[in-house]
Amino acid sequence: MTAARRTLVALGRGAALAGLALLGLAAALVMLTAALLTFLLGLVFALPPAVRLTRAVTGLARDLSGRWSGVPVDDPYLPAPSPPVPQADGWYRDGRTLYKKPTIPAFNKRWNWMIKDPATWRDLAYLLAAPVTCGLVAAAPLLTAAYGVLRLAGGDPLGVVWILLAAGVAYWYAPWALRVHGGVAAVLLGPTEKTRLARRVSHLDAARTEVVDSQAAELRRIERDLHDGAQARLVAIGMTIGAAEQLLETDPRAARALLDKARDASAAALQDIRRLVRGIHPPVLAERGLGDAVRALALDSPLRVHVTVDVPERASAPLESAAYFAVSELLANAARHGDATEAWVDVSARGPALRVTVTDDGRGGADPGRGTGLRGIERRLGAFDGVFALSSPAGGPTTAVVELPRAFPLRVAPRSPWRMLGGVCWALWPIALFPQGLVAMVLKLAGSPVRSWFLGLYMPEPFQWPVIVGMMLLGGGLLTVALTTTARAMREKESGCG
Amino acid sequence: MRVVLAEDLHLLREGLVHLLRAHGFEVVAAVESGPELLAALVGERPDVAVVDVRLPPTFTDEGLQAALAARRRVPGLPVLVLSQHVEQLYARELLADGSGGVGYLLKDRVFNGEQFVDAVRRVAAGGTAMDPEVIARLLASNSRNEPLGRLTPREREVLELMAEGRSNAAIGQRLFLSDSAVGKHTANIFAKLGLAPSDDDNRRVLAVLAFLGSRPS
Repeated sequence: MTAARRTLVALGRGAALAGLALLGLAAALVMLTAALLTFLLGLVFALPPAVRLTRAVTGLARDLSGRWSGVPVDDPYLPAPSPPVPQADGWYRDGRTLYKKPTIPAFNKRWNWMIKDPATWRDLAYLLAAPVTCGLVAAAPLLTAAYGVLRLAGGDPLGVVWILLAAGVAYWYAPWALRVHGGVAAVLLGPTEKTRLARRVSHLDAARTEVVDSQAAELRRIERDLHDGAQARLVAIGMTIGAAEQLLETDPRAARALLDKARDASAAALQDIRRLVRGIHPPVLAERGLGDAVRALALDSPLRVHVTVDVPERASAPLESAAYFAVSELLANAARHGDATEAWVDVSARGPALRVTVTDDGRGGADPGRGTGLRGIERRLGAFDGVFALSSPAGGPTTAVVELPRAFPLRVAPRSPWRMLGGVCWALWPIALFPQGLVAMVLKLAGSPVRSWFLGLYMPEPFQWPVIVGMMLLGGGLLTVALTTTARAMREKESGCG
Repeated sequence: MRVVLAEDLHLLREGLVHLLRAHGFEVVAAVESGPELLAALVGERPDVAVVDVRLPPTFTDEGLQAALAARRRVPGLPVLVLSQHVEQLYARELLADGSGGVGYLLKDRVFNGEQFVDAVRRVAAGGTAMDPEVIARLLASNSRNEPLGRLTPREREVLELMAEGRSNAAIGQRLFLSDSAVGKHTANIFAKLGLAPSDDDNRRVLAVLAFLGSRPS
């Protein structure tokens, strides 16, 4: 894409965002009206359609933030309520009232769900803030150019200056304005700390159940293996030695043969235990860590496996173990099903995360839904918030990526000076936007003699409007900066410990 | 013959001391930790050392590291490493300097005192003693190796025993073959694998192990 085209695209998107902001403002007014009708006049049916409307608009803004600003924003809403369930007598209970049909209880549930979700009101805040923060910011170059065109049409040749100015800064300005929208959307439209935590708790809950289940199954398997294997063999050894003891005096040769048998049985028992230990925690992993354990796997594999390891230190034992068994399973799959001859394993640190990539030259077509092995990998990794991604097009090659976050201690970044700036902006933006801007404008329009502390009204006549408009822009700008710095702080926090 | 022994389990250590003494070895030091082992190896310069991989204080691969460090300082110092499990990786590290005098066996092999002592003697004489399990895994990971596939089953058996470090005479005894028959098999193996024939038992073993371990990783 050429620079000119990129600028034009960014400008077009900025204009679309400004349009969306205006649409959002309309939606916000609808929502405000609905809220007033609901809470003052009790017209509760007005609220759900208005909420649906605002959610549609903010949903679009979220979508665009991800696609145009590169800041994907997750849905912040609480999960929708489940439909009401009838009691044993066929009636539907809602609080202390019984209903024959589920319509009203369902409506009440949805209504409560909408009204109690902080995201509903944060959506409204976004829609009210968007015209000043995103709309004006994104449309500024176009507005400047339009102003120039108007001046030209009015016969003022200086209008060209405005157009040139807009064209000159657009190259840097337009992409930046899109990023600003992303920051604002992330703060007001993204999930709050509270919803994030609530989701995390339910995710951890599910993960814990999985881990406990699979651990119990694993212990049962070990118990069974010991019971049928080593334990049974040890009993046999004891009995054989006992028999040999009895024969020692009478038939030393037979006793000797029995002892030979006992020795063989003890070797077999050791072999059993060795196999079991390998499945629980491979000794080479305990002795050498993940890098050498993967190298040992590579040596044992019938494939030509190329291993590169680049990690700053050893991760914790359970993490190493999860990564090891993932590599083991993936290499075994490649050799067994994939017809591969060569494989590449890369173990590296990406910030605090441990990333393992396994690629093979097999015929691909691996399906995580089908094999229990791949499911097992996912389950093991799930306990550590690990992610498993598999790309295996038919015909190959197959690439599997395992990423385990927080494998290595994080180097703590110094506190960002941006946060100070954000705080100052948060404190100042209402002063500039409301009293100095909007209120002064209203007074000026009304021709009121009151000047109070409104700077614009103390200016000489030709400067009054520019100062008032400038104050409003300043307020919008400060709010924008405040929101973007907050978004940055949130991102830093998330990459740090999220 | 002077032996240094490193094993942290008291019972097993006493058992090994007993076994070695019974076969005419002189146990000059029986230690139970990595640092002690290194000091004993470098200080005593034994004819052979019998070393457990996992030793205090870290209970990782302390013994192996001490043995490798001692061999770096005293090249060719014969070391027989014992372990509860065998890894090709460790076998490679032991064989890496190509000077022989290396053994790597599962602990189970001490059950058979005669064979174990035979392995200790072989290592002391500068030969090799690789555990059959190491060789089995080496061959398993070479299962797609073209030249290996051309060996006859008998030649494969001979190759396995040869890779363990046994002499022609020992192989013949094991497989009930005459010396000349073993010689013919080994010559065939070397021809099929494209290795330069050698009369020296030890050099021959190292060549075979190098061939099996030559896959890049």
